[in-house]
Amino acid sequence: MTSGFFWLDTAIKVAVILGAMLTGALVVIFAELKIGAHMQNRPGPYYAGGRFGWAQPLADGAKFIQKEDLIPSAADSAVFKLAPYIVVAATIATFVVIPFGPDLVVRDLDLGVFYLLAISSLTTLGVLMAGWSSANKYSLMGGLRAAAQLIAYELPLVLAVVAVVVQAGTMSLNGIVAAQAEPIFTLGSTEVAVPFLLKGQILGFIIFTVAAVAELSRIPFDMPIAESELTMGYLTEYSGIRFTMFFLGEYLAMISLSAVAATLYLGGYWAPFIPGDALNFLGPGILLAKVAILVFIIIWIRWTWPRLREDQLQNLAWRWLIPLALLNIVLAGVFKVVF
Amino acid sequence: MAEYSTAKQRRIAFPFSGLYKGMWTTLKTLFQKTPTVFYPDMKEIPVPRARGVIALDPDACTVCMLCARECPDWCIYIEGHKEEVPPAKEGGRVRTRAKLDRFDIDYALCMYCGICVEVCPFDALFWSPDYEYSEYSIVGLLHDKERLTGWLATVPPPPAVES
Amino acid sequence: MTMDERLMHRSEVAVSVELQTPDMTLNIGPQHPSTHGVLRLVARVDGEKIQEVEPVIGYMHRGYEKLAEVRTYAQITALVNRIDWVAGFANEIAYIRAVETLVGIEPTERAQWIRLILSEMARISSHLVFMSSYPLELGATTPLFYALRERERVLDLLESVTGGRFHPNFNRVGGVKSAAGGGAETKKVSQDLPVGFFSQTRDAMVKVLAVCDQIDELVTGNELIKARTVDVGVIPADKAVSYGISGPNLRASGVAFDLRKHEAILPYDQVDFEIAVSEHGDCYDRYVVRLEEIRQSSRIILQAIDKIPSGPLQAKVPRILKVPRGQAYVRNENPKGEFGYYVISEGGRMPYRLKIRSTSFSNLSILPWLLKGALIPDLVAIMGSLDFVLGDVDR
Repeated sequence: MTSGFFWLDTAIKVAVILGAMLTGALVVIFAELKIGAHMQNRPGPYYAGGRFGWAQPLADGAKFIQKEDLIPSAADSAVFKLAPYIVVAATIATFVVIPFGPDLVVRDLDLGVFYLLAISSLTTLGVLMAGWSSANKYSLMGGLRAAAQLIAYELPLVLAVVAVVVQAGTMSLNGIVAAQAEPIFTLGSTEVAVPFLLKGQILGFIIFTVAAVAELSRIPFDMPIAESELTMGYLTEYSGIRFTMFFLGEYLAMISLSAVAATLYLGGYWAPFIPGDALNFLGPGILLAKVAILVFIIIWIRWTWPRLREDQLQNLAWRWLIPLALLNIVLAGVFKVVF
Repeated sequence: MAEYSTAKQRRIAFPFSGLYKGMWTTLKTLFQKTPTVFYPDMKEIPVPRARGVIALDPDACTVCMLCARECPDWCIYIEGHKEEVPPAKEGGRVRTRAKLDRFDIDYALCMYCGICVEVCPFDALFWSPDYEYSEYSIVGLLHDKERLTGWLATVPPPPAVES
Repeated sequence: MTMDERLMHRSEVAVSVELQTPDMTLNIGPQHPSTHGVLRLVARVDGEKIQEVEPVIGYMHRGYEKLAEVRTYAQITALVNRIDWVAGFANEIAYIRAVETLVGIEPTERAQWIRLILSEMARISSHLVFMSSYPLELGATTPLFYALRERERVLDLLESVTGGRFHPNFNRVGGVKSAAGGGAETKKVSQDLPVGFFSQTRDAMVKVLAVCDQIDELVTGNELIKARTVDVGVIPADKAVSYGISGPNLRASGVAFDLRKHEAILPYDQVDFEIAVSEHGDCYDRYVVRLEEIRQSSRIILQAIDKIPSGPLQAKVPRILKVPRGQAYVRNENPKGEFGYYVISEGGRMPYRLKIRSTSFSNLSILPWLLKGALIPDLVAIMGSLDFVLGDVDR
């Protein structure tokens, strides 16, 4: 599959991933609209594109493109314009290390997990830039609150991942999947391997998922966006394409964090009883199925639960999740040494 | 006297079972049929007494002006004149009858209270449940005598009542 | 700036005025996404904590009491159900009882029972709106649709009897609207309950109870809701009484006072129901009390359907109603609280003065005391739990 010419290969891989993920984001937007609607006993989009309204996200995109591009006169123009692109770029950059198959990864870095967490925290920077440059008191407050929330939940995220790294022994995502594919016992002639979720990382999985939902600023953690001042927080002054970038960035991050969770805890592109060479074909499908389940759960939670207050949110992160994550690391280390 | 909100109900306890019960409810609803009526392809039939629009029977109207007087919004505009009608019998006196020239209801002001229909002593006004008469311009909401007479065809028979 | 100086320059309080103190003046409203209406709160906040709040009302003042001076009694009935538009029927009852007291005509039995049934339906309708909007303000978007779906059934029932969903205009002096038309011998189309009303009501009540259970599962037991509402916005019983709070807000603070039991103007003594009382007085209690009131209302309706006697719908009244000189004050248990009308008549077709004691105006008066020291997200939770409607506040 490789043409031997490194930059061409990388360019093709990046283009494929970009296209696939942007389409995926549109699919996730549509899924959120439809699933949310049916959970509320209403049909959701049904007009745009025929009976199921599948063209609704495209129609929304077209609508946003033709909107007027407003920049507040007091705003810091360069920072204001740059902020959405930083958020989207940081999110897309995380897809570089996510493996869709043993060879289907743009670049399998040895520091895969480290790179992932570092790049995805750049979104916090984008949020701060958006809040500050809008020259609006509520945007600034909203941006600061959002940044506080994102920083607070980075720590449990990172600590939960550390436990997985301890158990797998490597930071490369391909290596982590391979570590999960190693059989832990044999049953007759079949070797049985289980993903990390069942190998003692349940607490870690829960912490990671809660922290991921908070990183996405979704209900139940969307206080920055649904402020009681009743403006959109740091997003108030954005309109048109710039707003679409933030919007897309959120859904891309949803896919990205779900893919990371699936890779770290659920086995990624590996499934039991599938021989190694078929994984290159079936791998993307398996990973996407796991991502779909996690995305469904995130959407499900969004339409069911109310939101937490800001101080309760911070309470949860600092007083509960971080100690639990540290405990998780200790336990993972103990299991690794003892078993 | 019933007492509610017990301490047990208010407590937040570890397995957080309330959260999962809520998720189960939405999951069940996800697979149910939606009760939405897809207007304008499907339409609900309103009940016979629904107050949609007022219909006028111009032959029954005697220009007594009671409806215009009693309307709380003063949205009914009536003009009429008196005509002479030849006597019924030979040698009788000439009678006068009132003739309706103009009967307009301004639906931009009308608050659909029904007082006009109720006070009319001559059976000239009726309620009809028809509601699809939106206009692009507010001038179109002033229904004149011909249009009001046209609504008469949409007046349903009254529903049977429980005794 | 002192509070008095700020009161004088209230109209000039801009959106982001920096005071010399570290407090910030925040202007919330008059446009809110929540369904309360056009309420403006001028809040002085220190970071997140509210130091002082001043509600500015009047954006929805429609001049009911002035309008009533130039309208006949029958016309006022049509206007009055628009005060608290969420539960239209309930607003007419106290008014028509006041006029009946002045005229000296008693309503017929059947009319009283029909008024009771429709009144309880209005109560269910209003509380279902609360069930839909309150979790929405806290972030849970789904109970809105479940509650409003069932509210449609109740509104359809109201429409099948009265012709209007929100503004029934069905009460008349001496009973309810008995015939379509005030004509002498024409048009005796009876406006009694249509055939099928009883069976449809029974179905609707089953569905309403089912949705109460659904909302129970989604909201009452939900730990996040509890974290947002338990011990938030506590109103002690003595403060509630001294500020004039009434209705479910009062009962949630532990005061077991319900006008339906103590001073009923409809035959509530012939049906068996309980009033929901709770002792903590926080937002969670106010929500739970209203949920239980829906259940009790459906219980009342099911009993009333069986007990309703047959008979005329309206007592004999003269065609042109002339009300003798006098004054009457009648109060009723509206869904939101105690709602009263004070009618002064000097003889003639129009009242001299109609004073409306509206529930939400008094319920709102506790906001400055209640919100002191609250966080801004709590402001939303507390205001929602008081369940006021601006049409009711401003009249």
